[in-house]
Order: sequence, then structure tokens, then C-alpha cells
Amino acid sequence: MNLIRRTVLGALAAMPLTGLTTGISLAQDTIVLGEVNSYTRLPAFTEPYKKGWQLAVEQINAAGGIDGKQLEVISRDDTGDPATAIRIAEELVSKDGAVLIFGTFLSNIGLAVSDFAKQKEVLFLASEPLSDAIVWSKGNKYTYRLRPSTHMQAAMLAEQAAKLDAVKWATVAPNYAYGQDAVKAFKAELTKLRPDVEFVEEQWPPVFKIDAGSTVRALEAAKPDAIYNVTFGGDLAKFVREGSLRFLFEDRDVASLLTGEPEYLDPLGAEAPTGWIVTGYPSTDIETDEHKAFADAYMEKFGEAPKTGSIVGYNSILAIAAALEKAGSTDTDALLTAMEGLIVESSPTGPFTFRAADHQSTMGAYVGKTGMVDGKPSMVDWAYADGADYLPSEDDAAALRPTE
Amino acid sequence: MGFYFAQLLTGLANASSLFLIASGLSIIFGVTRIVNFAHGSFYMVGAYIAYTLVSLWSGSIFGFWVSVLLAAMVVGMIGLVIELTILRRIYHAPELFQLVATFGVVLIFQDATLAIWGAEDLLGPRAPGLNSAVRIMGEPIPEYDLALIAIGPVVLLAIWLLFHKTRWGVLVRAATQDREMVGALGVNQAWLFSAAFVLGSFLAGLGGALQIPREAVSLQMDLSIIGEAFVVVVIGGMGSVSGAFVAAVLISVLNAFAILIFPQISIVLPFVIMAIVLIFRPHGLFGKPGSEKGAPEEPDQPLALMDQKSAMVLMAALLVLAISPVFTADFTTVLMVDVMVATLFAVSLHFMMGVGGMVSFGHAAYFGVGAYGAAMAVKFLGFGMIPAMIFGPVCAVLAALFFGWFCVRLSGVYLAMLTLAAAQILWGVTFQWQEFTGGDDGILGVWPAKWASADKVYFYIAFVFCIGGIWALRRAAFSPFGYILRGIRDSQTRAEAIGIDTRFHQWMGFVLAGGFAGLAGVVFAFSKGSVFPDTLGIALSIDGLIMVLLGGIHALAGPILGAGAFVLIEDWVTRLDYWRFIFGAIILIVVLLAPDGIAGGIQRLLRGLKGGRA
Repeated sequence: MNLIRRTVLGALAAMPLTGLTTGISLAQDTIVLGEVNSYTRLPAFTEPYKKGWQLAVEQINAAGGIDGKQLEVISRDDTGDPATAIRIAEELVSKDGAVLIFGTFLSNIGLAVSDFAKQKEVLFLASEPLSDAIVWSKGNKYTYRLRPSTHMQAAMLAEQAAKLDAVKWATVAPNYAYGQDAVKAFKAELTKLRPDVEFVEEQWPPVFKIDAGSTVRALEAAKPDAIYNVTFGGDLAKFVREGSLRFLFEDRDVASLLTGEPEYLDPLGAEAPTGWIVTGYPSTDIETDEHKAFADAYMEKFGEAPKTGSIVGYNSILAIAAALEKAGSTDTDALLTAMEGLIVESSPTGPFTFRAADHQSTMGAYVGKTGMVDGKPSMVDWAYADGADYLPSEDDAAALRPTE
Repeated sequence: MGFYFAQLLTGLANASSLFLIASGLSIIFGVTRIVNFAHGSFYMVGAYIAYTLVSLWSGSIFGFWVSVLLAAMVVGMIGLVIELTILRRIYHAPELFQLVATFGVVLIFQDATLAIWGAEDLLGPRAPGLNSAVRIMGEPIPEYDLALIAIGPVVLLAIWLLFHKTRWGVLVRAATQDREMVGALGVNQAWLFSAAFVLGSFLAGLGGALQIPREAVSLQMDLSIIGEAFVVVVIGGMGSVSGAFVAAVLISVLNAFAILIFPQISIVLPFVIMAIVLIFRPHGLFGKPGSEKGAPEEPDQPLALMDQKSAMVLMAALLVLAISPVFTADFTTVLMVDVMVATLFAVSLHFMMGVGGMVSFGHAAYFGVGAYGAAMAVKFLGFGMIPAMIFGPVCAVLAALFFGWFCVRLSGVYLAMLTLAAAQILWGVTFQWQEFTGGDDGILGVWPAKWASADKVYFYIAFVFCIGGIWALRRAAFSPFGYILRGIRDSQTRAEAIGIDTRFHQWMGFVLAGGFAGLAGVVFAFSKGSVFPDTLGIALSIDGLIMVLLGGIHALAGPILGAGAFVLIEDWVTRLDYWRFIFGAIILIVVLLAPDGIAGGIQRLLRGLKGGRA
């Protein structure tokens, strides 16, 4: 007993000594970027994202880097846990010498890291999380967000949904912040455009645990004219399968958030629904020069078509590179000044800016319908919706943020 | 009318799926007393293998059903390999230790599946011949649902026949009731255990394979089913297969109707049902008294006080820890705070499990309540850091007082599952009540006061609270109260016979452990600056359990070693690709080398060295 305790506590006490000495001095010719994401928790979404930023880093470095300095990304897995993400962010900043942090997918991790960024006064570019809170109700000086938010994407769908004859709507959304925000935004935007609509049923299945049969039946029982869907991933597949088996989608319009993204649409294969109004990313069909160059390079490097994550990862690095160039330094204050109203003039999805008022980028999304092309699910009749058109005015948005 | 009948059928189809996986879990527990976390992994792997096989044989009815059976058999074989190579070696380890091994298996399977089948969800074909819906009373019912509704009772019948009409089944039932006796009668237990484990794995694989026509095969399947499967087994009564069937029907049908009225309820419904059942029937619906106990084991060695020499070594070690911020980097102090928080959490759980003899699967509840209590005190009541740090544990104590009162009325695995239900209900409320708790978005901005915001200053605050907490729990273990708890653990009847109010003491032990878990939660909240419902989640409870068991439940140093090893190894391996595989493998190696935990292993090693020298 005694011996153990001695050994144990000796070992425990000695741990801080082992090889963990103060920050490594970094070579002057690299700029270290810290990156954290849920690589093991959600590999289906984060792997394409990682490939996207890897490609961008490679291209920028091949072209000479930023002011002659090479970009180096230190990428870590947050294991899907906000507390781990914060510990890693701390290590990236204080030990690895990262000049900023980017990444995260899950909204709660995005929020946790944004709060960390505020406390430790370091720039954080939230690449993937969709939560409105990140830039609005819980926004802060140090956090910017790239991807079009829940509110923006819901507003894009509402605009299309308003053109339908449907009056009675039912909603189905995963029961957590993202689902709740998505339903709230859609209701608000649709009611603004069409005061005559009513919402007759809401279903809130637990995320990744949908009881699809019962949910479909509950929706059917309300006899809505149209359905607004927010479920995704495995829940979506179950919902689509049970829904089509039970004729839920016959003669009904469906507006579905994110379902046009290859991450969600491709796994549905031949059973993918057609004619749903969706937001997404028709990755192989976008013909602009910038996008073709990106898609070709991506195909060449990875042997697969880019997905939504890929474009988000790629644009993250473009935005960071633009900010570094504009700031002319890696100092946080200079970077923050550079981020305000930063214009990224050329990206595969077209130019976008980071609004000074609420730190949201105006990167948009593609809105269209689901369809089958050569036996494969894809988006048809799509158009690019510029994010700027679906955001509240800068004054209104600024009012949504806490005073600092 | 037709509508409600259709809803009932939907519920019954879900019940069959749930029953298949739960029945296997129940059989494995009944015979081997292993709490098999890897059961969800078997289910997931069954689905993946079936996906591959079914895709090869696209469209053929025969091919589909043969694929399903083949997949289940392959999973059965995987189960056999795991039983023979790992579990067989550790049956004599302390109660529940095998759970750590199955946790390692879960981690390994997660990465192996990712490596073999890739990250993207795979949507298999619908069942050939059963790919549309029929109308019953005017309502469309998928044909495959009807098939499932039939498969559930058929499997139940098959298991019943196997258990009642074959010699093997009789032996299994005998072993479920009294393993020692069966062994004494000359039955080869090892063989019986392997067979039961294979059967259980087979059923899990079958359950997974039969999901192919219903859902996309995904990497989340393992963890999304395992909680509910345990709930079904416990409601039915551990080891009772027909109980599992009734429980599966109960949960699924209630869920099918409940979401018509209150859609949000799905999140916690199974746990609420379990809590209600356990409060009224402490051994589940069909469980027999005694079904909750693990393998009989040697009574614990009494805990020994430290002699003067080791106390001095301990003080020296603490001193080194105390001055470590002076000569280490900022990040190291942050990591050390995490280690101290995890250690206090593990020590508080150990106080409950090791000293109090009450296993908890939901200890994170009090950690989380402490963290939320402090966070909300800061946000809503405007408390400063130190008052909030006192307020948090008080909340945890109150929660433990409430839930503990119910829990101490049970024992063994049922007690553990009721603590899990309590934790899940608290989690559900926190998750759902967005206006109050922030829901999934959590509470942000819970940072230390200005004077304490430097990493090194906060280190000392954490040091005082965590080391103080660990010291206090150690004192409690050697106090008269601690001796009473250990007495109750070793023999409840004798403790009662000498006039001890056993329930009251256990209740107070529960509350004390909960309060200190809350203290760990508070230190955690201020070190991270934000709290999320994850702090009350199953994952954290399981981590704590692994720390305690891996460290060695029979030594006071066990949880300290376990927590340190767990946090530091995890922090290191997550830097690597396929780290879950590596982490799982490390856990398995430790488990095989030290079936009495790290503390026990070191003790044996030292004794061996000494013996060698003498």
C-alpha cells in the first residue's frame, strides 16, 4: 500500500516535469495556424473539410506563402467534447504558437472555443458551425464565422417556400439547438413573406435517434400541405425511407435544410427524394472559372469530388490568407482590424466579405431542388444565393449582439 | 382507430429491433455477469457486415436472409474471439472490471469500422419482397415492419426452447442462478461462458443486420443503441429474456404514442420509464432478487493507514506538484488542472463504489450539477467566483440528497442503472430547458475572477479545492463513518444486526460523493469558461467509471492512478491518427496485465521485486 502510493504520487508529481517546457521557438519563416475539429466524432463531414484546407494551404505555400512565410496548420481532434476542444485551443495558442484558431463543426464546440477566444484574446474563425448564437446573441470581438448560418439557410428556403401554394406546414427537426434555431428562423421568415401560413405540427426526434416510423405517422396525422425538414445524416435516411414507404411525401411539398449537400444527399443513393427544395452544394456542376479550378485541383489531389466541407475548409484558408495579407502582421489586434469588413475577392463560390457589424461572412449557399441525374442524386434548377441578401441589415444585426 | 392501430404496429416493429439486441445483452449478463459495453459495437458491426453481404446479393430474397444470418454468425465468431482472448482471462477480476475491457473493445471497433467501411453513412437496399407497404385499416404499414413484428416473438420462442428444452439451456439457466453450484457439479464453466457470449453476440449481430432495410448504417450506431439496450435489460430484470421482450414492447409502444402528444419526450422517455419501474420493482419487472450481484469475490482487504515514511513521501510529491507551475509551461498547468479535476471526480466515485459499495453509472450528474450550479450562480445571481464555487457543490449535494434517497433502496446493477436514469433525466432537462440552462448551447463566460485568470493562479485555486477534496474524502474513508460504510458494503445483514441504519449511512455516503463530484465540476467549469450538457452526460460517467476500475477499485490510490493515466494517455493519443484504436489497445493491455487495476498491478510488481531480492 505504502509503496504504491509513494510510486504513484511520485510519478504523478513528476509529470509536469516531463518534457513539457516552455513554448518551442518557431522558425521565423512559418506562420502557425491552430485548427481543431471533430475528426473522430463526425468523420463524414470533417474529412472533406480537412482535405479542403489542406489543398488551400498547399496552393498558397506553392505560390510563395504569405509575405514569403509558409503557412503551417497544426490540426487536432476535439473528440466531440467542448472541454477537450478548449484544452487543445489553449495548447495550440500557448505551446504551439498558433497566431489564430479556426475550425469546429458542432455548434456547442464552436461556442465554447469562441468564448475561449474572447477570454484569451485570440482570433477564432468558426469555419463550420451553423449556430446563429456564434455571431449574434453570443457573438464577441474575437470570433468570426464563415459558413452561411442556420438563419441564412432557413431564410433561403423560406423565400422559395413562400412561392408554393402550401398553407399548412409541419416541421420535423432534431431536438437540439440547431434544430430549434432552424425551425424558429424558418417560421419567422416564412410568416413574414406569407402571413397566411400556419404551422400545424412539430416533431422533435432526438438527434441520431429518430423513431422514424412514429415520427412519419405523427406528421401524416396532421395532414399538412408541406413539410419543413431539418433532420440530417442517418436520421434523414431513416426519415426518407419511412416517409416514402408510408406515402408521406405524396402530393406534398418538402423544404429541407442542407439536404442538397453531398455529405447528406449522396448516401441516400437511388432513394434520394426528388423535387425537394433544398440548400446545398452542387459540387460538380458549378461552371465558374474559380470553382472549376478548385474542383479540378481537388479531384486531382484526392480523386473524389469536393463536398460542402471541402469548400468550407478551402474558403477558411482563403479568408485567413486574405486577413494575414491585409494585416501585414500576425498580431491579434492587427488581425482583428483586418477581419472587420475583410473582402475575399475571389473564391470558388464567388467573392464574400466579413461584415464588420456581426462578424458573419456573406459566403452564400446554393438553393435548388433535389433530382436524379444519371441515376445519382444531385441538385437541379439551382442558383447561388448570396449570403448578404439573407442577413439582417448590419444595424439590426449589431443590435442582436451583446454589448462589449 | 386505424391510425392508433398503425401507431401500435410501428411501436411493435421498433420493439422487435430493440428486443434482439437487449436479449443478447441480458443473456451475457445473466451467465457471465459481464456488463458488456461492446454490445452496441457488435450490433454496428453486424449491420456493416450485412450491408456488404446484402449488396453483393442484390435483389434476391434468399440472398438477403442468408446475408443477415451470415452476418450474425460472423459477429458471433468475433464475440468468441474476444471472449477467448480477453474476457476469459479476467473473469476473476473485481466486479465490473470486465466492463473496462469491453470499453477498450468499443474504441477499437470504432476505428476499425471507420478504416474498413469509411466515414460516409451507407444506405443498404430494402428487403427484397418486403419493400413496400400494405394497407391495414386504411393505413399504410411497411411490410418489413410486419416481418419484424413476427421475428421478435420467433426469436423469443427460439431462445425459450433453447433454454428449456436443451441440456445446454438448462445449464445456462442453472449458471444464471448459481454459478458456483454448476461448477461444483462438474460442468465446464468456461465452455458455458463462451457459448453464452457467442449467443449474445450473435443476437446483437442479428439485430444490427435486420436494421439494414430500415436505416443507413453509420458509425454512430454503436453508442446510439447501447444505452437503450441496457435500459430494456434492466426494466425486464437482468438475465430475464422474456422480461427484455416485455420491456422492449413497453418502451417502444409508449414512445410511439408519447411523441403524438409531447414530441420532445423521446430524449428521456426510456430512462423515465426505467426510473419508475425500478422505484416500484427494485429488480426490474421479471428479475429475481440476487440477479443484480456480480461474481462472488474475495472480501476486500481492510484499508491500511499510511506509515510515517510514506506520508513524508506523499507530502514531498504534493510539494513538487504545488511548485510545478514555477518551472513548467502554461499549457502544462492547464493540463494539470484537468488531471486534478478528473482525479477528484474519480476519487469521489471511488468513495461511492469502493468504500460505499454502490456502483454508479451516472456520477457525472453531480459533477454537472456542480458545474451548472456555479455557472448559473454567476450568470443569474451575479455571484463572484469564490461564492459560486461554494454554491455549486451545494447544488450537487441537494441533487444527490434527492436522487440518492431513491438509489440506496436498490443494490448492485439496479442501483447503478437508477443512478444512470437520474443522470439522464437531469441531462434531458438541462438539454431541453433552453430558456433556463441554455440547452445545447450551454452557458458561456464562466471565467475566473480577474485576479485568478492567469493559468498559474488558477492552478493554485484548483490545487486547493481538488487536493483538499481528495484529502477530505480520504479522511472520511478512515473516519467512523467510513468504517460503517465499509462494514455495510461487506455485509449489510451484519451491519443491520449491530444496529446500524444502513440505508441512512449509504444515503449520506452517496451525498458526500455527490458533493465532492460537484466540487470537481465547479473547478472544471471555471477552468473551461463554459458548461454544456455534456458535463452531465453518459460519456463522462463512463470515463469516471473507467478511471476508477482501471486504477484499481480496492486501493485508495486506484482512482488517483486511473484518472492520471486516463487523462494523460488520452491527451497524448488524440494527437495520432486512429487514436481510438491505440487507446483501446492500451486499455486492453493494461487490463490483461493487471486484472486488479493499475494499483493492484504495481503492488504485485513491487511484492515480486521484494520477494526476488529476499
